[in-house]
Amino acid sequence: MKRTLLFCLALLLFHLAQAQETFPVNGAWDVRPGLYAFTNATIVVNADQTITNGTLLVKDRLIEAVGAGIAIPKGYITVDLKGKYIYPSLIDAYTTYGMPEAPRAQFGAGGAGGGGFGLRSTVMVSTKSGPYGWNEAIKPEMAAKAVFHVDATKAADLKKIGFGTVQSLIHDGIARGTSMVVVLGDERDNEVVLNDVAAAHYSFSKGTAATNYPSSLMGSIALLRQTYYDAAWYKNQKEEYNISLDEFNKTQSLPQIFEVTDPLNVMRASKIAKEFGKQYIFKTDGKEYQRLNEMKATGSSFIIPLTFPSAYDVEDPADARNITYEQMKEWELDPTNPATLEKAGVRFAITTYGLDNNTTFWANLQKAMDFGLTEKQALNALTTIPAEMLGVSDKVGTLTTGKLANFLITSADLFKKDNVIYENWVEGRKYVVGKMEVTDLRGAYNLTGAGLSNITLNLSGATPATVSLSAMHTGVDSTRTQGTFTRTGDGVSFYFDLKGNPTGNIRLAGTITSVSPVTMKGFATLPDGTSTPWVATYTGPAQAGGPGGFGGRGGNNANAAKTPTNVGPVIYPFVAYGNAEIPKVETALFKNATVWTNEKEGILKNTDVLIENGKIKAVGKNLSAPAGARIIDATGKHISPGIVDEHSHIAITGGVNEGTHSVTAEVRTADVINSEDINLYRQLAGGVTISHILHGSANPIGGQLQVIKHRWGLAPEELKMEGADGFIKFALGENVKGSNNFGINTNPRFPQTRMGVEQVYVDAFQRAKEYKAARAVKGSTVRRDLQLDALVEILDNKRFITCHSYVQSEINMLMHVADSMGFHINTFTHILEGYKVADKMKSRNIAGSTFSDWWAYKNEVAEAIPYNGKLMHEVGLVTGFNSDDEEMARRLNQEAGKSVTYGKMSEEEALKLVTLNPAKMLHIDNKVGSIKVGKDADIVLWSADPLSIYAICEKTYVDGVPYWELDKDAAKQKALKADEARLIQKMIEAKGSGATTQRAGFGGRRRPQYECETTEDEQADFVSGLGNSQGGSK
Amino acid sequence: MKKIFLSLGGLLLGTILTYGQATISPAKPQSGPIVITGATIHVGNGQVIDNGYIAFDKGKITAVGSGAAPAISGAKTIDATGKQIYPGFICPITTLGLIEIEEGAKGTVDDQETGDMNPNVRSLIAFNTDSKVIPTVRSNGILLAQPTPDGGTISGQSSVMMLDGWNWEDAVYKADIGVHLTWPAVAGGRRRGGGGGGIRGAAAVAGGETPAERAQKALDNLDSYFAQAKAYAEAKAPVKNLRFAAMAGLFNGTKKLFINVDGSKEILQAIAFAKKYGIQPVLVGGKEAYLVADVLKENNVPVILKETQALPPKDDDDVYLPYKMPKILQDDGVLYGLTGIGFWRQRNLPFEAGQAVGYGLTKEQAVSMITLNNAKILGIDKTTGSLETGKDANLFISNGDALDMISLDVTRAFIQGRDINLDNLHKQLYRKFSDKYGVKAD
Repeated sequence: MKRTLLFCLALLLFHLAQAQETFPVNGAWDVRPGLYAFTNATIVVNADQTITNGTLLVKDRLIEAVGAGIAIPKGYITVDLKGKYIYPSLIDAYTTYGMPEAPRAQFGAGGAGGGGFGLRSTVMVSTKSGPYGWNEAIKPEMAAKAVFHVDATKAADLKKIGFGTVQSLIHDGIARGTSMVVVLGDERDNEVVLNDVAAAHYSFSKGTAATNYPSSLMGSIALLRQTYYDAAWYKNQKEEYNISLDEFNKTQSLPQIFEVTDPLNVMRASKIAKEFGKQYIFKTDGKEYQRLNEMKATGSSFIIPLTFPSAYDVEDPADARNITYEQMKEWELDPTNPATLEKAGVRFAITTYGLDNNTTFWANLQKAMDFGLTEKQALNALTTIPAEMLGVSDKVGTLTTGKLANFLITSADLFKKDNVIYENWVEGRKYVVGKMEVTDLRGAYNLTGAGLSNITLNLSGATPATVSLSAMHTGVDSTRTQGTFTRTGDGVSFYFDLKGNPTGNIRLAGTITSVSPVTMKGFATLPDGTSTPWVATYTGPAQAGGPGGFGGRGGNNANAAKTPTNVGPVIYPFVAYGNAEIPKVETALFKNATVWTNEKEGILKNTDVLIENGKIKAVGKNLSAPAGARIIDATGKHISPGIVDEHSHIAITGGVNEGTHSVTAEVRTADVINSEDINLYRQLAGGVTISHILHGSANPIGGQLQVIKHRWGLAPEELKMEGADGFIKFALGENVKGSNNFGINTNPRFPQTRMGVEQVYVDAFQRAKEYKAARAVKGSTVRRDLQLDALVEILDNKRFITCHSYVQSEINMLMHVADSMGFHINTFTHILEGYKVADKMKSRNIAGSTFSDWWAYKNEVAEAIPYNGKLMHEVGLVTGFNSDDEEMARRLNQEAGKSVTYGKMSEEEALKLVTLNPAKMLHIDNKVGSIKVGKDADIVLWSADPLSIYAICEKTYVDGVPYWELDKDAAKQKALKADEARLIQKMIEAKGSGATTQRAGFGGRRRPQYECETTEDEQADFVSGLGNSQGGSK
Repeated sequence: MKKIFLSLGGLLLGTILTYGQATISPAKPQSGPIVITGATIHVGNGQVIDNGYIAFDKGKITAVGSGAAPAISGAKTIDATGKQIYPGFICPITTLGLIEIEEGAKGTVDDQETGDMNPNVRSLIAFNTDSKVIPTVRSNGILLAQPTPDGGTISGQSSVMMLDGWNWEDAVYKADIGVHLTWPAVAGGRRRGGGGGGIRGAAAVAGGETPAERAQKALDNLDSYFAQAKAYAEAKAPVKNLRFAAMAGLFNGTKKLFINVDGSKEILQAIAFAKKYGIQPVLVGGKEAYLVADVLKENNVPVILKETQALPPKDDDDVYLPYKMPKILQDDGVLYGLTGIGFWRQRNLPFEAGQAVGYGLTKEQAVSMITLNNAKILGIDKTTGSLETGKDANLFISNGDALDMISLDVTRAFIQGRDINLDNLHKQLYRKFSDKYGVKAD
């Protein structure tokens, strides 16, 4: 295999050299020998090997020899590089170089299942001609090589900063097809291709696909997973021909490169990799330091950008309020990312991708090096590592005999701040970045001539080519001023005004007359109009700094102060109120509290609770504290079990609804848990310890659900409650009918009536039964369908339904469908007319999870009443109150209190509405929901009766860990303010020293606030990493 | 639309037969003196009277005090021993009575007129005394409300309405008290691009304007509009302009300018603007008013807070910031009131007020916030907002603390002495289905 590969590569090289063969020539053939000898150079062969005083021989496109003391054969053009360096040219592992300009992504163009404005149409399947797959976002058939075209302008941009080779990919879709590797030569397309099929590319972004599905991140994940299963099935079937699946299979042996944004998306993609035995290379946004351990644990390689945010304009305190702590910290810490990855031993390449302007590449790289990225790693990340990733390390990446003559000639160590790249050779063809033979004029000069005494000229700048002038009159009345310096070849001219010393302009014209030391001579025109000869003699290096910034041109970095490297810690999660140290499990004894047990003991006064190892260890009077236990005086205070929210949409990324199809049982909120959501913390501050993360209500059968614990700071996988049963969201009524959507859909998604809703269920379960039967008989030859798998789990009583519901007719309907199709409904959620059919629910043992008092927000809640909970409870249903709202969730205790206002429920039973009863609905009441020895130490300390408006949540423990403590929060707030002040000061200083800045976004970074009905196409938001806030009703 | 009409019709038919919203009649005028005795009276001005009495006749409070009530001939006595009496809660800035069903029933939505400058439209015209929502709010002690138009820059005028009446004409408490303005804010809208959340690329919008430029233009337009309105009010103009005419009261002190504004910068602009035109401003929302509280105090500018039960505006803010806001303004010496949100949710107004108590406000300050403070801000404190002799008998009796959900239980309510029917659709349906299941409707 390896041998064949080498053979193929050899063939390819041959092909490259002979590419002209097949093309006709207009006139005589012009084939040149291309023989060069570069001598006396410091040659950096690779990060580990440097040859001093070495010679590099180039023969046409290849390196013929490299080493010290090599004899130069006749016929070679010799270039003396004494004092100069040769480096392998750099490789950018992630570009769209030479690709056609991508059309703008059509976010929301086809519209999702609901929400949004304007004229829309439902696009269920691909609109492309040809036997492709059903979804336009899966386009493995795309090949970069089929659309590539040399782009001299863009190539020059990259060559100027040292790149000679790039990977080019089509940046569109979820499965994006194959990329290629090309060199940046200005030649025919045929002559620059190094690897025509380099890697297969993926992302979570549907890009320009017109198909509505997926509209959410969880939909993207489900689509990709299903595609892997479909492709596996496709190999062994004869029923259909499908280009997309065919090509998908063919690209599996290539390197697999996955573009993601933040570390959470790395984890998400990594789970897919594990499921299908893949190993992705991740191209990211460069925030790996925020979840370093998890990144390392993926075992993957990374391609990281240097897109460090500019400082924000913060002088105006009102504007500064629009910048979040997270943004400030990212500004400070993003540049530490490369060094952090290096120290952690993570393999990564560096890309220019995402830079606003390629000219910031070196400044940012040097910033990263200030934070500890080593030269060695930087060079590897820009040469050998990308070469290996892309399967071209036999051709590029190091300066070894037989490889392509892709190299840089530089003035100094490539990574030194004042290094200059003179030439960038691509396949033995020279590209001049800056003239090598130019004399470096930077320095201080003593000027002599009649009327020119005591004047010093100072030429400074980042490179010999970017020089600026300051003139100084020395002596007792010294003045200093900036002037104008121009240079053409060896000709020079100066122009300055010493502001009265003497008065008026002095103009000098002349030439360089000697170079060691530099001397310039010419004639001057003095303020009085007289002319006089002048001589400027080099006296030493240029004086840096001074008034007006003598550092040369704007944005220069050579003279910029070294980046301050004292930075704040990484916090978990990476938002305000994150912890540098995650709190630890405590042994704690609460003394003398009123304990709401939710057990047959009821509400116990003057009672102690002991927690240990994350569990409730003892409940009783006068308990003694184990050694080392924290003792908390709870006299006059109340202890309740942690609050359980049966219906929540917090901590979700990339959309809460995949409402584009009427059945999306294949999507899973478990795939998109967002551990960085401030609402987790805010809800801990309201005593909430567990949330059931629901898919929205845009379609009759929505996605699979996840129970999480509010373990603030831990990673998404660690939030998931161990052993919790899997649920699925169903929905009825106006939302699934799309009743309250704005705009006109010219081809609406089925169903549009409650009549249609019934048929969706009957049809779905009919298909599921047939699928189950077929799988039982034919086994895995039946195409695995993730959607039907979930429905079969329902039929097998392994997955449980919570169904969004309002009016009695449709509730009744679903109960009948369930009876006839043989499945059970676990919970009706919202269920605002549950009071009308409570007896029917009771006979089927269905729970009711409702709102305390919501109504009148749409027509189907015109008869919702706040006595609903009371009536369902009286009839004997397991009844609870949920939030569906990140604000209401943090005072669910008060919502429970409203069952006392409306219906005078006993307080003991009222508290169960938001603790034990939802725990029962979620089948986790064996672990949580009451204060009972052996259960999880999920407990809340309240200042007063927890149902009262006056109760303050003082402490919230999850698994015995105090994630919320009122007094600690006060200290945190203080520290947060202080650290924000520090960062603001630092930004002002950065701006003062010339750093570019950006204005704050208005309103800070806003997170999506999801409710059931939030159904807009969310792609744009998670792709950009930003959310939008939208209101809406339940 | 037809379907909705039919289903609503069906709903009405269904309930009329047994109980029916339609049987909840507006109260008759007070027919004789009433004395309530033995209660804890929350006056509304911060005072509490233990074992107190309150007497009222012809709609006005005639006596309030502690201990034994004076003998009043022909008075009906209500024994309220162990119970609480509060001034009727006042709900400012609401769409109560203007909206019946928020979504999917546009025919019941009357809070937003089209167009940008509508100072001449008046909310009381749309106020629906037959709303099924109003009785559910009223039965939690909210007896007066300020139905308020919204949308556009100048949304229209509001009135204070009594939450009981046959029609808007007899429900009006004080007509056309003010004009509602939404202050132009620098808003970036939905931001895209820029990994750091900056506004690179989004800074300039179509037409080359930055959001700040756009806001400034809006401010200039507003300034010009008010200058013209003021000039119009000062002399008899050659042409009649309904919009400018509606604004005349702003310049002679008979109407207030309610300004929806949250940001600290915008608040300062708005206060300076009002000063320039000699207008009495009331800030509505005022999320960042606490940052410029000294300016509010110095200029006697009150603020109506919206919801305590809200999330903090920013991730970095104190988790409990909205809960603490009343206390912060109290300490800063600013006059503040409170409203809840929307229309049906205003039945939670007592709890929105109570929410601040855990975070520093006293219970009586919380009561004042939704009684006397709101009355002062709306300009109706001479006749209501506290339980003092000479004021209207707008009050209710609760079995327990009315700010707390575990004790709020309104048993009687009076508006201008009229004995209000506290039944509502929800109680009716509760009784109906309690009957179905044979359970007791507590």
